[in-house]
Amino acid sequence: MTPTDWFTAMLLGLGTIFFIAGAVGLIRFPDTYTRLHIATKTDNVGLGLIVFGLAVQSGSWSVAGKLVLIWLLVMLAGASVAYLVANGAISRGIPVWKR
Amino acid sequence: MKYLCLFFAVLMLLPAGAAVWRMYLGPNAADRIMAIQVLGTTVTAILVLLALTSERNSLLDVSLVLSLLAAVTAVAFVQRAWPDTETDLDAD
Amino acid sequence: METLTELQWIFDVLTGCGLLWLAWSCLSSRNLHRAVVQFVSFGLLMSLAWVRLEAPDIALAEAAIGAGLTGALLMASLARLPLSGSADIRALKSAERIAGARLLQLLRNSLLFAFALFIIYAIFFLPPEFSGLREEVATEIENAGVRNPVTAVLLNFRGYDTFLELLVLLGALFGVRIVGMQPVRTSMTSEPVLNILASLLTPILILVAAYLLWIGTDGAGGAFQAGAVLGAGGVLLLLAGWRPARALMASPFRSLVLLGPLAFVFVAVLPLLSGRALLQYPPDSAGTLIVLLEIAATLSIGLTLCALFLNVSADDGEQP
Repeated sequence: MTPTDWFTAMLLGLGTIFFIAGAVGLIRFPDTYTRLHIATKTDNVGLGLIVFGLAVQSGSWSVAGKLVLIWLLVMLAGASVAYLVANGAISRGIPVWKR
Repeated sequence: MKYLCLFFAVLMLLPAGAAVWRMYLGPNAADRIMAIQVLGTTVTAILVLLALTSERNSLLDVSLVLSLLAAVTAVAFVQRAWPDTETDLDAD
Repeated sequence: METLTELQWIFDVLTGCGLLWLAWSCLSSRNLHRAVVQFVSFGLLMSLAWVRLEAPDIALAEAAIGAGLTGALLMASLARLPLSGSADIRALKSAERIAGARLLQLLRNSLLFAFALFIIYAIFFLPPEFSGLREEVATEIENAGVRNPVTAVLLNFRGYDTFLELLVLLGALFGVRIVGMQPVRTSMTSEPVLNILASLLTPILILVAAYLLWIGTDGAGGAFQAGAVLGAGGVLLLLAGWRPARALMASPFRSLVLLGPLAFVFVAVLPLLSGRALLQYPPDSAGTLIVLLEIAATLSIGLTLCALFLNVSADDGEQP
């Protein structure tokens, strides 16, 4: 493995850790709002790390550009939907978790 | 490198399973919608990894389309199908 | 290399099991909202399965239609259904308890079971090394006018299939317009975030639709995928509260949904004048004809999907 490969492996590993942390949060967190909060972490950081890890490997600007575009689009969709769902949940009185 | 990508793709099925499980559990519609958003992101990540494994650039187009349409279902739900009282959806 | 195939095997088994479980739980769910969400996630996993089966064209279509547009359409239809626990649903449930209904259910289930057994039987008797019509397509591809074998089959060799698919879509639109509608459950709110999302995504969606249409002659892509992406752009605009101007609703624009089928009829009849068979394009102009057909089909698929959504989700008093 070349140094680039090691770099990619590290980024992919970190991204996967974020995805799995998001999964644990999605299962374990106590209420809707905390789960909304963890869900956006996978979109932003997890996919971002994976995309950058693979963009280093791709070797062509068009593929790397497409990868970054995918990441930006997922972030846009995730952030908007998280806002819309949270807003709707509050206006419908879904209870907030208190210890 | 191919091996590594595929390994991470298999590992990524774990969060996908978690999202599907949250979708099953609910308990309310907001959770399910957010779970489907997470599943969409996870499938996009898996597709990107598979694209590098199989060296087919058309797979990148599939994940591009997925990322473009990721919001449509959720927005349709929020704008259209979300009832004003929350408990009704889960009564069998 | 050994571990690569092993990992692929693990991946395939896990996805397959997930698909089966999702299909079962989606069909048996009594909570309609959960069923819709599970159907959309079934579409997401199915596009993964198509990728693993080396069919990127179908994976694209599944991603655009199964995971994207169907979700929006089903959500909009859900808004028209009575809430569970309401009087209509209770009436339905008491109808289920009638003895005749039980018998009908039994008959239906046994028919389905027999059909499932037949399919399993058919799978076991498939010839192990059968490549379908791959060789015939490969030898004829020079005369098709395009380099992507899937596009060649869909728009040249078996053009009438695609023509009939367009008619099915049109039939769905007519069906939705004929069926009377229940009032919508949620009234739309104007969301600034949604406006920004729609105004950012719509140009990209149009661009990607054109890209998919163009690349369809060489690789994965084509009219249906492009049309679905275009339709999703329209759906997003409709959800953000945008409504077409009255002039755009007039019949000349409305008849654009007929553009695809009409172009098909025109192209199909044209070879008859020069003594060829129906839909048998002259080889030297086949490429141009196919691209023109695909542009017409994309426009009318996108418009039809939009119109479907507009009809399903229109507020009361609005006349789409």
